[in-house]
Amino acid sequence: MKLDAKIPEGPIAEKWTKYKATIPLVNPANKRHIEIIVVGSGLAGSSAAASLAEMGYKVKVFCFQDSPRRAHSIAAQGGINAAKNYSNDGDSVHRLFYDTIKGGDYRSREGNVHRLAEVSTSIIDQCVAQGVPFAREYGGLLDNRSFGGVQVSRTFYAKGQTGQQLLLGAYSALSRQIGRKQAEMYTRHEMLDVVIIDGKARGIIARNLTNGKIERYFGHAVVMATGGYGNVFFLSTNAMGCNVTAIWRAHKKGAFFGNPCFTQIHPTCIPVSGDHQSKLTLMSESLRNDGRIWVPKAKGDNRKPSEIPEDERDYYLERRYPAFGNLVPRDIASRAAKERCDAGYGVGTSKMAVYLDFSDAINRLGKDTIEARYGNLFEIYDKITGEDPYTNAMRIYPAVHYTMGGLWVDYNLMTTIPGLYATGECNFSDHGANRLGASALMQGLADGYFVLPITIGDFLSKEIGTKAIPTNHPAFEEAENAVTERIKKLMSIQGSEPVDYFHKKLGLTMWEYCGMGRNAEGLAKAKKIVQEIKKDFWSNVRIPGAPNETNPELEKALRVADFIELGELMIDDALNRNESCGGHFREEYQTPEGEALRDDNNYAYVAAWEYTGDNQPEVLHKEQLVFDNIKLVQRSYK
Amino acid sequence: MKLTLKVWRQKNAENKGEFKTYQMDHVSEDMSFLEMFDVLNDDLVRKGEDTVAFDHDCREGICGMCSMYINGRPHGPLKGTTTCQLHMRHFKDGETITVEPWRATAFPIIKDLMVDRSAFDRIIQAGGYISINTGNAVDANSTPIPKLDADKAFDAASCIGCGACVATCKNASAMLFVSAKVSQLALLPQGQPERHQRVKKMVEIMDAEGFGNCTNTGACEVECPKGISLENIARMNRDFLVANVVD
Ligand SMILES: Cc1cc2nc3c(=O)[nH]c(=O)nc-3n(C[C@H](O)[C@H](O)[C@H](O)COP(=O)(O)OP(=O)(O)OC[C@H]3O[C@@H](n4cnc5c(N)ncnc54)[C@H](O)[C@@H]3O)c2cc1C
Ligand code: SF4
Ligand code: FES
Repeated sequence: MKLDAKIPEGPIAEKWTKYKATIPLVNPANKRHIEIIVVGSGLAGSSAAASLAEMGYKVKVFCFQDSPRRAHSIAAQGGINAAKNYSNDGDSVHRLFYDTIKGGDYRSREGNVHRLAEVSTSIIDQCVAQGVPFAREYGGLLDNRSFGGVQVSRTFYAKGQTGQQLLLGAYSALSRQIGRKQAEMYTRHEMLDVVIIDGKARGIIARNLTNGKIERYFGHAVVMATGGYGNVFFLSTNAMGCNVTAIWRAHKKGAFFGNPCFTQIHPTCIPVSGDHQSKLTLMSESLRNDGRIWVPKAKGDNRKPSEIPEDERDYYLERRYPAFGNLVPRDIASRAAKERCDAGYGVGTSKMAVYLDFSDAINRLGKDTIEARYGNLFEIYDKITGEDPYTNAMRIYPAVHYTMGGLWVDYNLMTTIPGLYATGECNFSDHGANRLGASALMQGLADGYFVLPITIGDFLSKEIGTKAIPTNHPAFEEAENAVTERIKKLMSIQGSEPVDYFHKKLGLTMWEYCGMGRNAEGLAKAKKIVQEIKKDFWSNVRIPGAPNETNPELEKALRVADFIELGELMIDDALNRNESCGGHFREEYQTPEGEALRDDNNYAYVAAWEYTGDNQPEVLHKEQLVFDNIKLVQRSYK
Repeated sequence: MKLTLKVWRQKNAENKGEFKTYQMDHVSEDMSFLEMFDVLNDDLVRKGEDTVAFDHDCREGICGMCSMYINGRPHGPLKGTTTCQLHMRHFKDGETITVEPWRATAFPIIKDLMVDRSAFDRIIQAGGYISINTGNAVDANSTPIPKLDADKAFDAASCIGCGACVATCKNASAMLFVSAKVSQLALLPQGQPERHQRVKKMVEIMDAEGFGNCTNTGACEVECPKGISLENIARMNRDFLVANVVD
C-alpha cells in the first residue's frame, strides 16, 4: 500500500482555503441519517462531537471516565497558542507555522502545520464565545504569555488551569448537544476494538465498565480522540487511565502507526520520591517565564539553595543558550538537565534533580504577582513535596509527558482504514519529533472544531446511501468474540502478580533504554526484556473478581497487555531511526556540542508501521516529508 | 507508619455493604492517599482477594474523579485538597482511618467507594452552556470584559464537579455545584442572553434528580476542595428570583 497524505496542491497559504471550498458536502437531510462514533471526550473528542452534532449528524461519544468532563485534557496547565498577534510583537500565521516546524525538528508535514496555524485564531474566538474565562488585562482584553521555543507572546491562559477551562467549554458545547438528543454519551465505556466491514470502519466493541457487558455500536464513520500513550512508561504526567488500547486495536486492524518512538520528556516535573509512586506531576512550562534553572557549580554541594551564592551557581541553560535561555524547547531543556545530573551536579537526596528558582522574580515583581501567575502550581508543589516554593527553590526533573507519535493520518485526518479518523494527541500529525508548549491544546481543538467536521465530508458524502448496519452483522459478532476470548484468557491465568508489577517493569525498561537517551545496544537489550515481560505477563498475571462486574484490575490488564506490544514497536522504531531529532536522541548521533544530529538525507520521513500478524515483524512504510517553504537547518537556540 | 483502615466494601448497587478492616504496615509519609490504596490493592491481589474499587484519574486535583469520605469528611482532613492530593504525612502512626463512599440519594453506589455522579452531567445538559455553534464567534477581543468580572467568573469555573459539596451536606444539596456554573456564565457578557432561562432549567433538573434543599449551613463551602464560595449560591438565588418574576 502506498501512503498518500493527500496534501492539496497550491501555495501553502492557500491550500486549506481552496480545499475547504471544494470538499464535497453532505446536505442537511442526509446528515440526519448518518451516525458518527467519537471515542474520547477530551478536547479533540468533545469539540469534534459537539461540532458534528451541531451540523446535524447523529453522534455517539464514548469515554472511560464517569463524565466526559474528566478527560485527561482537564489537567493541562499552561496555555494554548494562537497567532492572534494581540501582543503586537510581530507574530503571524507564518511565524507560528515556522516555529512549529522548527520546534518539531523538521519531522512534521508542512501542509498540516500551516493549517493548524491558520485555524488557531478561530479557536480563541470560539472559546471566548463559550464563556471560557481566559486571563485578562486591566483594560479587559486578553492577556498572553510566552512558552518555550518561541520569541513572541502568543499563549492564552487561564491561570494554571487552561486545559480545565477549555475542556469545560467543549464539554458544555457537547452537553448542549446531549441535551438536544443530537449526541448520545456513553460514559464508563472502554473501546476494545474497531469493527471493519468491507474495508471500512463501521463500529466499535466497547466494554461497559460498570457491569462488564461487551456491547456493539454502529457508526458510518469512527473518530478516535483517545489521547496519548505516555503511560507505556508507567510513570508519566498523564492521568492514570491514559492508554494506547483504542489506537492499538485499530492498529492491529490495519491503521498504520506513525513515529511511535517520538516521545516528549518534559523538563519541569516533580522528581520521583519512592517506589510506591503512581504518577509524576508536571510543573507547567509557563514557570520558565519567571523561574531560573540552575545547579551548583561544585559537585556534591549540599548547602540549601538559598545559601549558595550567585557566583557558585551554574545557570546552565542561560550559559549554553543565551538567545532563548530558560525558554529553550523541551527536548533541549530535558537533555541539559539529564546531562548535568549524569555529570554529578544533581541536587536533592536522589541527586536526580535541578533547581527551578523564583527568588529573582519574587524580588523583582513581588510575591503577589508570582502568586497571581502561578499560585495553583506552587500549591501543588507544596502539597506533594511538603516544601514551600516561595522560600525554597523547587526541585525538578524531566518526566514523560506527551507522545508525538500516533496513528498515521492523511490531510483529512483519516487513518489508513477508510472511515477511521484520528484526532488530537492520538494521531501523529503536527508536532514532528518535538511538540512546542501550548500546542497540544491548540491541535486538539483545531482538529475537533475546525478540521475534522469539514474533512470528514470527503468520506461521508459517498456514504449517504449506506443504511445503518445492524450490529448482528458477522463482523460485529467476530469482533465481539475476539474481545470476549481475550478477556477470558486474561482472567484464566490466575498467576501470582498484580498488573502493576508488570507495568512498572515495562515502564522502567522503556525509561532506561527508550527514554531521554537511546542507543542501538540498549534498544536491542530492551527488546529482549520487553519480550520476556510479555511472556511473564501472559503466564503470571493475576486478576481478581469476575469479568461481568466492575473490575478495575481487568481494565488495567487489558491496557497493559497493549502497552507491552506497543513498547516493542517503539523500540523497533527507535532502532530504525539512525539519527537524532527532537525528543528522539540517539546517543550515537550528536554534534560535538551534544546537540541532536539529524540526517535529512536518509530520515526526513514519517515512519508508518503496518501490523502484519502476531509475532511477525511490522512492516515499515515511509512518507517522505517535502519542505517547500522552510529550509532545513540545524536547530539553533543559541 | 502503621495504619488501620476501615473501608466500606459493597459488591454492587444491589448488595448491602459493610466495613472491612485492613492492617497497613509499611505506609510511607510521601505516599498519597490513593497510592496507599494501590499498595493495599496489590496486597489483596496477591492474597487472592478482590481489590477495593475507587474512582480516580488525574491524581492532580483537577479531574474531580476521586471521591473518598475520610474520617467523616469528603476528601479528608486537609482544606482545599482532593483525596488524590492528600499525603500520608498528614496522618499519625497507629491511626485508624475510616473510608466511605459519597453518600447521597442522587449518587447511587456502584461498587465499594465508587458512586454514580451522572446527575451532575444531566444538570449541565439542561442549561449549563452558552448556545453558540462552532464557527459563529466574533473576534475574541471585540468584547472587553473587566478583569474583575473575568477573574470572578474564573473562580466559579474552577469547580471540578467532584460532589464533595453534596456529600458533606446534611440535605445532600447540589447548590454549590450548580451555582458555580450559573455564576460563571452570569458574570460574563456572553452569558446574558440565556441567563434567566438557564438558571430555571438547571434548578428544575437539580430538583428532579433528587438533590436536597439548601438550608444555608455552609458546610459545602468549607469542604469544597476548590474554594467555591457561598457568594455563588446567593447570586444564583437572586437570578432565580428575577427569572421567575420576569416570566
Ligand atoms: C499535566 C499535563 C499538562 C499539560 N499542559 C498542556 C498545556 O499547557 N498546553 C498544551 O497545549 N498541552 C498541554 N498538555 C498536553 C495536552 O493536555 C494533551 O495533549 C491533550 O489534552 C490531549 O487531548 P486529547 O483530546 O487528544 O486526549 P485526552 O484529553 O487524553 O482525552 C482522551 C479521551 O479518550 C477517552 N479514551 C481513551 N481511551 C479510551 C478507550 N479505550 N475507550 C474509550 N474511551 C477512551 C478518554 O476517556 C478521554 O475522554 C498537558 C498534558 C499534561 C499531561
Ligand atoms: S463546588 Fe466544590 S465540592 Fe462541589 S463539585 Fe464543585 S469543586 Fe466539588
Ligand atoms: S484523581 Fe483527579 S481530582 Fe483526584
